[in-house]
Amino acid sequence: MKIQLRQICHARSGDKGDSANVGLIALKEEYYPILRELITAERVKKHFEGIALGPVERFELPNLWALNFLLHNALGGGGTKSLKNDAQGKTLAAALLRMELDIPEGYEF
Amino acid sequence: MKESIRIASGQGFWGDLLTAPKSQVTQGPVDYLMMDYLAEVTMSIMQKQKNKDPKLGYARDLVGVLKDLLPVCAERNIRVITNGGGVNPLACSEAIAEAARGLGISGLRIGVVLGDDILDQIDTLQSAGHELKNMETGEPVSLVRNRLQSANVYFGAGPIVEALKQGAGIVITGRTTDTGLTLAPMMYEFNWSTDDWDRLAAGTVAGHILECGGQASGGNFSADWRSVPDLAHIGFPIAEAYSDGRIVITKHESLGGLVSLQTVKEQLLYEIGNPREYITPDCVADFTTIHLTQEQSNRVRVDGVKGKPATEFYKVSMSYLDGYTAFGTLTYSWPDALEKAKKADEILRIRLNDLGLAFEEIRTEFLGVNSSHGPLAPPVDDPNEVIVRIGVRNQDRTAVERFGKEIAPLILTGPPSVTGFAGGRPRASEVISYWPALLAKIAVKPVVKIISV
Repeated sequence: MKIQLRQICHARSGDKGDSANVGLIALKEEYYPILRELITAERVKKHFEGIALGPVERFELPNLWALNFLLHNALGGGGTKSLKNDAQGKTLAAALLRMELDIPEGYEF
Repeated sequence: MKESIRIASGQGFWGDLLTAPKSQVTQGPVDYLMMDYLAEVTMSIMQKQKNKDPKLGYARDLVGVLKDLLPVCAERNIRVITNGGGVNPLACSEAIAEAARGLGISGLRIGVVLGDDILDQIDTLQSAGHELKNMETGEPVSLVRNRLQSANVYFGAGPIVEALKQGAGIVITGRTTDTGLTLAPMMYEFNWSTDDWDRLAAGTVAGHILECGGQASGGNFSADWRSVPDLAHIGFPIAEAYSDGRIVITKHESLGGLVSLQTVKEQLLYEIGNPREYITPDCVADFTTIHLTQEQSNRVRVDGVKGKPATEFYKVSMSYLDGYTAFGTLTYSWPDALEKAKKADEILRIRLNDLGLAFEEIRTEFLGVNSSHGPLAPPVDDPNEVIVRIGVRNQDRTAVERFGKEIAPLILTGPPSVTGFAGGRPRASEVISYWPALLAKIAVKPVVKIISV
């Protein structure tokens, strides 16, 4: 079954210099293993191709049913240097929620 | 010793909702009001203001806010802690003292935390062997030495605790960590020792939840945002802290907003790196140990937080002048709005090229099409209007200013049905870049001064 990440997650993003962080949180506890299994750093790096120019790091927070992604070199220089309208990466959380995934049989949404 | 205290968040940044602090102290019981005013860019703006007038360099809003609050705070015995002192906490405190005297208030003690500003000590520190090299790139500070605008050490909760011990009803700091503003009253009231790492970490986590104001209580909430009640009258978050390190995040019932597992989780994940090592001057908190429970509606309990010893270093935030930017925008309407906007951009770039102007970067974005999400945005089919936004950056101011003169001509010499040009020519703004560094804690000493009203 194909779903969009927004059906099973919420998220918030912000800036740390020229890096953006995106916190991705499962809406229900049973969705967290799907995130941990499927939403790898490599996959997120590919999703943000052309935006995250540097490496992507992933951290797990199972206690919050969440993953934290650090997208390096993603804000056009960051701070007051960036020429982007979204210089602080505030909309990157929503951009991650666009991701489509194939969900194994047996899950209900 | 009190069993619990309530710390209310009043501001999450310089420019936040001005009615929030008053609501926090009048709409229900609180013991402390914390207000966070400082972001990295804020320090350099304040430094510029101080350069022009040595009596400025702090969040001027704060004086008006406190003038309004002081009588209520005095009556209800609420103490105020804020880093709105910016790069001039002393002048800020004197302005507040003057406002308090004007209101006929007496017996108030204002604690001022000084010593974080090391701009004048850079050379001395360097000759003493403190390199202050860029902690991200490893480059030596000499690269930007003559362009430095501000240099501030991030102090933690310690100096605020000292001010509270000296009876301060208001504590004004410069560059103190956002989390220290919330942790300090817990350490003071509950006598937590400076190596009680788990409790310090718990207070730090509470500080992280409170430091962005309404963003923890229903603002900018990405899950079911439609379900958040009465955002117009949003109640900022309140941390109810217990002496054993337990924290409950809540808000005043009479105000709008929402405190739920989801709103708190979103704020916990905001602007963090490695969650196992959330480093502050007070401790290193492990966010993977946080346990959240929804106790009842608008009450989320935070417990289980583990901490590790603080490091031997303070973080230093330095800012330096790094060139200029300018932005121009024009609005094109249907039909073929996007095609017209793209043509305007093409014409502009040819003219800039003809003028021989070179820039470090020129960036064009189409608002309404893909300025958010860039290549991830799906193609739009004939939008009614598109705003083209063109930005340039260069070390040399002249080229940036010249760019500003090329936007308006497009109205009469470019594609048709264009509007939205108001406010004059784009102006060149200074780019302020950051130089994050570490400094051994022993190299600087916070100073607490008391001003009596």
